[in-house]
Amino acid sequence: MTAALQARAIQFAFLGALLVAWFAIGRTGAISPLFLPPMEAVAAALVRLVQTAEFWSAVGTTLTTIIEAYLIAAVLGILAGWLVTRSRFLTRVLEPIVSGLFAIPITLFFPVFILMFGIGPESKVAYGAAYGFFPIALNTIAGLIGVDDRYLSAARSLGVSGFGLFRHVLFPAAFPVILTGLRIGFFICFASVLGGETISSVSGVGRNIALAAELMEPARMYAWIAFVIVAALVLNALVSALENRMRSH
Amino acid sequence: MSLTNVVERKRPGLSVTWTRVLILASLLLIWEAWLRLAGDTIVIAPPSSIVNALFTQVLPDPEIRGAILLALLEVVAAYALAIIGGLTIGLAVGSTNFSRRSLYPIILLLYAIPQAVLLPLFTLGFGIGPAAKIAFGFSHGVFPVIVNVVAGMRNVNAHYLRAAQSMGASRGDIVRHVIFPHMVASFFTGLRLAMTMTLLGVILAELYVSTSGVGYFTKLFAETFDPSPLFALIGTLALMAIGLNEIVRVIERRFTRWKGP
Repeated sequence: MTAALQARAIQFAFLGALLVAWFAIGRTGAISPLFLPPMEAVAAALVRLVQTAEFWSAVGTTLTTIIEAYLIAAVLGILAGWLVTRSRFLTRVLEPIVSGLFAIPITLFFPVFILMFGIGPESKVAYGAAYGFFPIALNTIAGLIGVDDRYLSAARSLGVSGFGLFRHVLFPAAFPVILTGLRIGFFICFASVLGGETISSVSGVGRNIALAAELMEPARMYAWIAFVIVAALVLNALVSALENRMRSH
Repeated sequence: MSLTNVVERKRPGLSVTWTRVLILASLLLIWEAWLRLAGDTIVIAPPSSIVNALFTQVLPDPEIRGAILLALLEVVAAYALAIIGGLTIGLAVGSTNFSRRSLYPIILLLYAIPQAVLLPLFTLGFGIGPAAKIAFGFSHGVFPVIVNVVAGMRNVNAHYLRAAQSMGASRGDIVRHVIFPHMVASFFTGLRLAMTMTLLGVILAELYVSTSGVGYFTKLFAETFDPSPLFALIGTLALMAIGLNEIVRVIERRFTRWKGP
């Protein structure tokens, strides 16, 4: 218990030291404010930022993009995983293709997504969905392969087949493994939508960060980055709480 | 490899491979036929003209060749730095229970941040040259190494440590002869993940900085609606990525073989 407390104390001391160092640098001007603006300036910029309508519209665009991309990735990933595992032979043929494709950085194809879907949110939906698809599909395949054959023969002898078999036997039995894929897929979706927006977009959170950098407004850029970091940590906590709940059922 | 594995691997043999080749070949044929007959070649190019563009437009152009080579060098440099940095930080964090408990959560916290949003910061700090791309690749690659080094050191069987200690091994001996060999499997997993992440980081930075390098050419081809050289360039880089991943995988298999499956 005391060891745990000590560890916590060190973590807070570390974060505190970072903040103090940031504050001191702002006071002395040791690092150019263009690269690291003073903490007070960033805090003030953040307060101003959340009061603007553009802030909420950018957050709304990004959230919608992430949700759309994730839903597409989840539905197609689970569907593909189910189709691939319809037969052992098919699994042996296709699984290495799916995992081999996942080894290629999809980011390389980002210009193609822009070419096909334009510079608006649609290309980011496609890009995020493509990234999120693979972990979900691969985990669905792994989960479905691992389902005990006895469940399947029991269900078949009771006359269940086709989608009913998937809905009532395969999916629930493979769920813990699929859930891991859904979690990984979500964070990959989240990061790639933000990344896509930063690289090339006209709206959204990532675009606003890049824009603040282009306009040489470092305080504003840091305010946006701080918002994203807090949002990522909150999402992490929410998702793991949700996952624990679903696992305990 | 166990006997059952050998038997399992022999039986499907050719038919699996041939079916796979057949599927991929027919996909390529459908792609080609669809674009020749009905497709919109402004956005997607048929495979034949991609291959054609590769040998007439992409590879002969010394500037594109230079950009590809530079990207490769950036990946290698960032990867080397990520291994050195990750190993150093990982060993420091994982060396005692106390340092692990206090510092590891901070590492995981940093790992959870979507780093792409920090891209503008990297170009602000390192300019738009190779330095920013190497730094961004490093910041992506270093975390999987740290996390896996720490995890590898953590799972050392306490009996081995006690045995080594009771035979008079010093702290250095234990690290060299017990912890290092034990860490290998986890460390190589980290190296494999680090390669994927380093590639991601370098490519993201390359695409973000579109005034030079690979990002300039992809932007040029995309904006002039010239998909053939675009696909050829992307395909070349994808092959490079696959090659680098394969090299790391082969090394991993070589060094972890002694542990068995």
